[in-house]
Amino acid sequence: MEHIVIIGNGIAGVTAARHIRKKSDKKITIISGESKYFFSRTALMYVYMGHLKFEHTQPYENWFWKKNNIELKEGFVTKIETDKNQLIFSDNSTLLYDKLIIATGSKPNKFGWKGQDLQGVMGLYHKQDLDSLEKYAPNNEVCKRAVIVGGGLIGIELAEMFRSRKIPVTFLVRETSFWNGVLPAQESEMINKHILEHHIDLRLNTNLKEIIADKNGHVKSVIIEGTNEEIPCNIVGLTAGVSPNIDFLKGSAIEINKGVLVNRFLETNIKNVFAIGDCAEQKNPIGNRRPIEAVWYTGRMMGETVAQTICTNKTEYKPGNWFNSAKFLDIEYQTYGWVFSEQNKSENEVYFQWQHASENKCITISYDKNSHEFLGINTFGIRMRHEIFDKWLSEKKSVEHVLEFLADANFDPEFYKVHEAEIVAKFNREMGTNIQIKKKSWKRIFSKV
Amino acid sequence: MKAIKYSGLGIFLMGFGIFTFAIFSGYFNFTEQELDNYISEKGYKSERLKEELVKSIVTDKKLSIFEFSSCVRAALETSNKYHDALISKYDSEKNWAKKGEEFQYKISSKPHTLSFEIAKKAGKGFFKDQPTLAWWLTFGLGIFGALLFILPNVILLGKPGIKNDGIYHESATNRGFIAWLVLMYLVVFYLLLYFMPDYVVNWTFIFDPISNFLNGGDASQWFVYGFLYCTIMLVMGARMYIKYRHNKYQIVRTTSVLFFQIVFAFLIPEIMTSLHMPGYDFKSAFPLDYDFFFEWNIKSLQNSGAIGVFILVWGIILTLIIVPVMVYFFGKRWYCSWVCGCGGLAETLGDPYRQHSDKSLNSWKLERWIIHSVLLFSILMTVVTLYCYFSGTSSFLGIKSQWIKDTYSFLIGAWFAGVIGTGFYPIFGNRVWCRFGCPLAAYLGFVQRFKSRFRITTNGGQCISCGNCSTYCEQGIDVRAYAQKGENIVRSSCVGCGICSAVCPRGVLKLENGPENGRINPTEILLGNDVDLMQLLNNK
Repeated sequence: MEHIVIIGNGIAGVTAARHIRKKSDKKITIISGESKYFFSRTALMYVYMGHLKFEHTQPYENWFWKKNNIELKEGFVTKIETDKNQLIFSDNSTLLYDKLIIATGSKPNKFGWKGQDLQGVMGLYHKQDLDSLEKYAPNNEVCKRAVIVGGGLIGIELAEMFRSRKIPVTFLVRETSFWNGVLPAQESEMINKHILEHHIDLRLNTNLKEIIADKNGHVKSVIIEGTNEEIPCNIVGLTAGVSPNIDFLKGSAIEINKGVLVNRFLETNIKNVFAIGDCAEQKNPIGNRRPIEAVWYTGRMMGETVAQTICTNKTEYKPGNWFNSAKFLDIEYQTYGWVFSEQNKSENEVYFQWQHASENKCITISYDKNSHEFLGINTFGIRMRHEIFDKWLSEKKSVEHVLEFLADANFDPEFYKVHEAEIVAKFNREMGTNIQIKKKSWKRIFSKV
Repeated sequence: MKAIKYSGLGIFLMGFGIFTFAIFSGYFNFTEQELDNYISEKGYKSERLKEELVKSIVTDKKLSIFEFSSCVRAALETSNKYHDALISKYDSEKNWAKKGEEFQYKISSKPHTLSFEIAKKAGKGFFKDQPTLAWWLTFGLGIFGALLFILPNVILLGKPGIKNDGIYHESATNRGFIAWLVLMYLVVFYLLLYFMPDYVVNWTFIFDPISNFLNGGDASQWFVYGFLYCTIMLVMGARMYIKYRHNKYQIVRTTSVLFFQIVFAFLIPEIMTSLHMPGYDFKSAFPLDYDFFFEWNIKSLQNSGAIGVFILVWGIILTLIIVPVMVYFFGKRWYCSWVCGCGGLAETLGDPYRQHSDKSLNSWKLERWIIHSVLLFSILMTVVTLYCYFSGTSSFLGIKSQWIKDTYSFLIGAWFAGVIGTGFYPIFGNRVWCRFGCPLAAYLGFVQRFKSRFRITTNGGQCISCGNCSTYCEQGIDVRAYAQKGENIVRSSCVGCGICSAVCPRGVLKLENGPENGRINPTEILLGNDVDLMQLLNNK
């Protein structure tokens, strides 16, 4: 029986295993050095905040793996001998495979800051980071202040976590406004304000110079670049992005760059070795996508796809319309299609924007200046239907169409205030159009492409 | 703010302590005159009973309720034994006339019920003499303190949004010491309420003035319970309003359960009683309202003129037509989390415990066995009861009508719905009864699962499997198992509380009523991936 070995039990590896099992009775082994059972990495924050217990982050009960004949092996792979189809573990044991899927995910970036490896300096990625947090920041007695370096999605989550235990937070963000390499200014500014409302000491345009140790090798303070201001703190969170977790592949025959290089079939340069998820790097980027996409959803999609290829239905990885979501403290964010920030958008991309007068709600709709083709939407504080936007994007609908039928896309809970009329009125005012908003129609919502 | 909060807690505990202490306070005794009045009023004919009572409770001694209760119960037992002995004596002598005469001396009241009735008249002390002051010292302090504890959350909890910080760090909400204490208190409370009401007779004194005002009679333990129930729902409802103030669905739903509890379950029946009508809760549907078809209820309704007939017809229409039709359009949530009193308590008092429902596959299996057994039990009981009622016999299919009614009332009505259903909130979650026991929920569940427009829609491929939805599902549904597959949630047990949707950090879940077609949507490949692959696999 063919033996499929998957290194990594995150969403990519586990999705691949589940789909291979659905289609075949191949022997499947999933290897993880982090935790025996699959858990949702994105939910670690809720464990620290006391919303969940760790076991709640595990999407499958523990009997699931045995019942589905998926073997779980705990251990760290240190070396891959592709000529012998063999893995070598940190305890020098070995494992043979017929096909290998590398799904080892990411690790937090460290940019060579002085003091970056001190005790109390950590990323937020692994289960073990949760243990470090409990050790160094159990409460605001032990941890008088936390400093977070890097203003992305993980950074703001870490800030929210510390605030849930009333630990004062200083948040160092390199950019002039939060995440403005990705978000349009309207949204980025709304988030800046919201961060301050949560009593987080947000320092925009600020870089870390170094991290200072006390006499026990534990972090004592950080120094800001330029001003040389010293900020005393007991924990430092490094959240300046992530990069593929593939150091163990150095010296193997598998071709790597920043990540494991794969073609559109998620194959590496070595036959029978695949890479999926955060650690995979597309040789040729797909559409507007980056070559490495460290996103939950793309990990899952690659898992779905590689399982087909392994089960003799050779399938190209063709992700559909881009979508993503996040939550910035209390503000939910969803995006469908492409909305680039002012710094990154092409000349043809223009915005239609609306913002609520008092609440934390706003949207940005991007469309093509000439053709008026709808390109994407960012929505903050208003939930929108994935199916509807996916359809509109695939059918290349115009921005006017999107506004006319915007009520179909609303996904907020019942009785919530709706804002479509206000949004469309603003569009009409700005564009001199006379779009009449259509009432929500179940028939349209359910009509398939 | 924190100071206000904790002084509120102190005041609440004081009121709560006085309320609990009330059980042990006051004293009980009768003069011979009072006893005579009572016995002639009740028409008890047994001299032996009177003798025994004179010996024990006609005294200058100040008996505690426990001493008093044991005296009354002993007197009842002695008297009944005495007459039983005579009955068997006459029986063996074949003295039928004497034997038949002897039966009138027997008293069929339950011992604690008789003791409650007498204690109600024989009670003295502060709670009897000063009910208004006592109300303020117990309920007044309790309500005031609880509100002081809860209201500062408007500021302390910070900006509107999900407020689950620290739930698994607190003893009270993480099955800690406090949770077990609360469980024990609630269990003892329900045992006293259902089986030893005489021990809590002092509580009823507090409510005599209010009860007299509302229905013209003194308060029973059920009046106390009804008032307490409404009070707790209102106070904990205030907590719901603050906790979920960003979520309009929760605000509207909470208002609805409060309205139906206070107006339909409490006020209307009390007012009807004062007008000499049968007190009826117009929203309580059979088979949750399991004694609706009991002989005594049918008889009492038939004897109540037009209103009685109306109630009889309404009760039948409610169960057979209104309930299922509403479930078709809105899901069973319209009843279980918008109207029902059990649901109302679960959604207010029980909200801090919703995370404790077991989400395992095994618990789901257990749930289906138990709840459907209770449904069958209730139907069997009702069939036997109605058959016996119309045929005039005392048993059907070899089952005694009285026996099956008593057994159901004891096991399901008292133990399951009360002692376990509410008592176990702090450890097993707030919907133990609704999930495992309620026969009406089982019935509505069938409709919801097989013929309804209601579903929880999963938003394409946006789920990140975080587990908040499953954790906070009070009905123990593994919501995530569906959401992470891109499937809508169509489950018979869902009561539509809407919390899964509220706690979802990615806007994945929405409760909605829509066309039945496409309500259940199995998917293998989630939205967002290769269109060809999705079609290939999902349409297989």
